[in-house]
Amino acid sequence: MSGADPNGDPETDTAGVPGDEEPDEPEESSAVIRPEWRSDLLLVAKVVLATYVGFFVVGVLSGAGVNATIGTIQSITFFGAIFALGALALNLHWGYTGMFNIGIAGFMAIGAYTLSIAVASPDGSPAGFGLPIPVGIVLGTIAAGLAGLVLVIPTLRVRADYFAIVTLGFSEIVRLSVQSRSLREIGDTAYGTGGGQGIRATPVDSVVGWLFDQPIVGDVGGVLIVLGETVGIASSVLERGIYTLVLILFVVAFYVLLTRIAHSPFGRVLKAIREDELAAKSLGKRTDRAKIAAFALGCALMGLVGTLWMGSRTHISPDNFMPLITFYVFVALIVGGAGSNTGSVIGGFVFAAFIFEGPRFVRTMVRANLGTDFPRTAHGAFAELGAGDPSALIGYVFYQQADEVRYIVLGVVLIVVMIKRPDGLLGHRKEISAGVDLSRRGAVADGGRPALGSDDRSDAAGETDDPAATNGGDHDE
Amino acid sequence: MGVGNTGKGVSEFVDEVRDRLSSPSGQELFALLIVLGIVVLALDLVRRLATGEMAFGRLWRYTWNGLVDSLYIALAAIGLSMTYSILRFANFSHGDLVTTGAFSGWAVAWLIGGWGVYGIGELVLFSPTAAGPTGGELGMNVLASPVAILVGLVAAALLTVAIALAIDRLVYRRMRNASGISLLIASVGVALALRYIIGVFWTVESHSATASAPILEEIPAWLPFERLNLHELTLVVTAVGLIVGLHLLLQYTKLGKAMRAMADNKDLALITGIPTERVIFATWSIGAGLAGVAGYLIVLDRGQFSINIGWFLLLLIFAAVILGGIGSIYGALVGSLVIGLTINVSLVWIPADLNEIAAFTLMILILIVKPDGLLGGVETA
Repeated sequence: MSGADPNGDPETDTAGVPGDEEPDEPEESSAVIRPEWRSDLLLVAKVVLATYVGFFVVGVLSGAGVNATIGTIQSITFFGAIFALGALALNLHWGYTGMFNIGIAGFMAIGAYTLSIAVASPDGSPAGFGLPIPVGIVLGTIAAGLAGLVLVIPTLRVRADYFAIVTLGFSEIVRLSVQSRSLREIGDTAYGTGGGQGIRATPVDSVVGWLFDQPIVGDVGGVLIVLGETVGIASSVLERGIYTLVLILFVVAFYVLLTRIAHSPFGRVLKAIREDELAAKSLGKRTDRAKIAAFALGCALMGLVGTLWMGSRTHISPDNFMPLITFYVFVALIVGGAGSNTGSVIGGFVFAAFIFEGPRFVRTMVRANLGTDFPRTAHGAFAELGAGDPSALIGYVFYQQADEVRYIVLGVVLIVVMIKRPDGLLGHRKEISAGVDLSRRGAVADGGRPALGSDDRSDAAGETDDPAATNGGDHDE
Repeated sequence: MGVGNTGKGVSEFVDEVRDRLSSPSGQELFALLIVLGIVVLALDLVRRLATGEMAFGRLWRYTWNGLVDSLYIALAAIGLSMTYSILRFANFSHGDLVTTGAFSGWAVAWLIGGWGVYGIGELVLFSPTAAGPTGGELGMNVLASPVAILVGLVAAALLTVAIALAIDRLVYRRMRNASGISLLIASVGVALALRYIIGVFWTVESHSATASAPILEEIPAWLPFERLNLHELTLVVTAVGLIVGLHLLLQYTKLGKAMRAMADNKDLALITGIPTERVIFATWSIGAGLAGVAGYLIVLDRGQFSINIGWFLLLLIFAAVILGGIGSIYGALVGSLVIGLTINVSLVWIPADLNEIAAFTLMILILIVKPDGLLGGVETA
């Protein structure tokens, strides 16, 4: 992306960056590894800005129109925030603990369905409990966390690749359950999942509209809407934008929470489990307990992401939770580089811009330049190509089949990243499980906090470059 | 709590039981629960049959469907188990090799069935426009056009093998020494790319490729069938033949021995001079060929299919392979049987849209009890 990475060195280089949210110990020579809030924020900002400018320039030059381009940029921001949230939650599982969870869609479904059942109107079909939205969000988060807890306790000892299949199986169990006709209305009650038709409920982004109706906030909102309308922005667009802002606040909250966890003793145990579970256990760490806690927390966060994403629709159905969703999040994390929270955020954004929205944007450009009159089948496209009209084929592939193109790009990116850069764009920033910078041994004595437990192990972890050691400590061959 | 004062004997007994139930026996307890559950279900089945709540014919139909399902699951599962044991990764693109077989094989069958009458594009793409023929008009059943069906079957195997080998060269060969998880992730990428490249040509809509299956009404009395669906019979005969053939290949040829050796210990196999790349070639050929045939035969049996046919099957295939224990082809067969019967016989108790849940739950439960699968101890033999 933005060529000049301010951190040529791994994250262990703390000199000169007194973390602005880390009030304690501002001395610069400390060897204790602390998060680098400022440089990371700068990096994220650079990537985001470069992407916006890139899309804007391409959009305007290609004749897609300013409005369509702005629309694309808005949905990039929305989905960028969503996938950043998902990737951050997954990073706790896969990046830090080395638990290969590909059941993300299932946990999102549990969160979103719990929310919908909680907030849907009691008169609806299926009926809900009519609770306020914040209560629903909390319930959804808790439900997903509990589901993760129930799933992980018995499957702790399963091998990494089997664990992957178990989680995928779990997410399909969830999806097929909510899809099942027999759970449409549970028992004789009016409550249920709605089967294939799903549930209709108040969307969570209606909170923005509700806020605008409140006394003081509403006045500010009213001013905003008037301002927006004078510039030519519809109030609905503005409300969506504000909801996206709320999501960005959640990204910041997730980021701070997970970075705090990663730099806590608990986080170092997690990283030690990723590198070598047996060694961590031998050092007296309760690895099982740490894995259970990390998994349940990550699942709860995934449930929260599910409520924030799918809850922003008036209607959710089982089709929203196909396993593809899981792979969206996975690609976001892998592109950014598992093991780095900043990487997760950047990965989520880059994924949303270039893989998720990219093909749709190309579709917009094709429509602006070549119209919409394209053959509907490959047969027709090749027939016109044979007749000497290549635009038919272009239109067929990039206009009619834009969704398929997205999935192909998704797959190809996954393959290329795994072959060329298995550590992702920012993979070299993977944090080691030591509390102190191991490359600066002298400094440990004066500046360092007493290292916690796992530091013996991280001698090896610090140098590790081979994928076998970094990819899941519990995968024994 | 309250038993403390009833004497030493009881408390010793309680201690003993507690010992049994402590550390390693969490799994034992779980296994006991599963066995108990199965016993209860079996007893309930007997009760239902005895009271006439369920006709015996219905149970037999479920069982037969289960056997048929387990055959095509087995064809695909064998290939997955082989790549798992020899290349050492969970290949998530295996389901899409099934899809490849279904599309490529039927495209060839249609091409032959309608050659000269309809345009090539219409045939290969299964009539994308309303003007094209239907499977019925082309007479796509085993009696009316056996040659087209047979050539399609062979083409399904060959084209799928060709695609699998091309993918191996493009992707997996560059990652021979990568970890199993890296390969797994790459295979997810392969799965998506392959499926939606097929989707660009054939769209995501569902297709119907075959004519309705010919039914044999007159059947020898000793067979437990009233009528016989010839497409189903073709599936059964082909699948059983291929499985037996594979068994002979693995047991009695040098290649089979080399494959077993490599699955057992790759380094030792290298030292002994086994040409590992050639074994990998054979693995992909056999695995992908069987997967392609499986896809082709499923379409022959069901008629309808879309690009998701293999993906939806993949988790069932994985369940079968894991149940049997990775690396054991006979384990994969047993696993397929268990899964095939589970998704059908479970219909006795649960509605049809929950039957796959039963299979996945069974997979998770058995993994909890036996993390190496039912036949986990048995190596590829």
